[in-house]
Amino acid sequence: MENFTPFTALAGGALIGLAAGLYILLNGRIAGISGIIGGIIGAASAQKAERIAFICGLIAGPVILALVAGYRPAITVDASLPVLLLAGLLVGYGTSLGSGCTSGHGICGLARFSPRSLAATLAFMATGFLTTFVMRHLIGF
Amino acid sequence: MRILGALLCGCLFGAGLALSGMINPEKVLGFLDIAAIPAHGWDPSLIFVMAGGLIIALPFFWWAKWHNTALLGGNISLPTKRTIDRPLIIGSLIFGVGWGLAGLCPGPAISALSYLQLEPFLFVVAMLAGMIIQRLSSRP
Repeated sequence: MENFTPFTALAGGALIGLAAGLYILLNGRIAGISGIIGGIIGAASAQKAERIAFICGLIAGPVILALVAGYRPAITVDASLPVLLLAGLLVGYGTSLGSGCTSGHGICGLARFSPRSLAATLAFMATGFLTTFVMRHLIGF
Repeated sequence: MRILGALLCGCLFGAGLALSGMINPEKVLGFLDIAAIPAHGWDPSLIFVMAGGLIIALPFFWWAKWHNTALLGGNISLPTKRTIDRPLIIGSLIFGVGWGLAGLCPGPAISALSYLQLEPFLFVVAMLAGMIIQRLSSRP
């Protein structure tokens, strides 16, 4: 468990929870990232400007953290190009069909005790575990 | 003001993803790789991220249940659908496969664009394509 980082994980999670909480308090909206993006690429949707503002903040957040706290974790993507593109397609298609992702169902949905979000979270966790197992231990990517 | 509110929340969310390490796909895969538990190589950090997030978010969503208007104006919009239907489950199962393939989900993928590396950018383009394909195919 040499990679286990309980304190930054808890603190970072708390920041994410604060962001999701403030978004419902201030703007009255669910901070589900796939839903926010879906509303931007959709033809006619309300609050396009504030959705774009949220996404801009999402991109600026790690930069601000690096400037303020000097903390910038490295990013390692192991997936090959075809796997990466397939993964993106599946994540986009699946979150659109399933009305949410790790943030919308996993944080916001569970925080309001939504049975739909609990079912969705269990579903994507299950295939997430299974896929990683197949990729790492059966196929050996 | 609503736009500033959204920008603030986005910044906090992105900073949280970076601080928690969830912006790094390798760390997410370290959690999803439960077969590493016997060899003590498993990384349970993601559970702590979700726990921290839920504890803080809970009182806000409890408040939202009893109010109709957001502080910056406008209505509070919570999902009203209650039934656990096929699209929800099948979509989430498909999402999980993509998540397990690369270790990226929508939030961290967007946040990782700030690193100006090629991989998150390619992933986001494919993700947008996947969303558009789903919408076009679901039209009657």
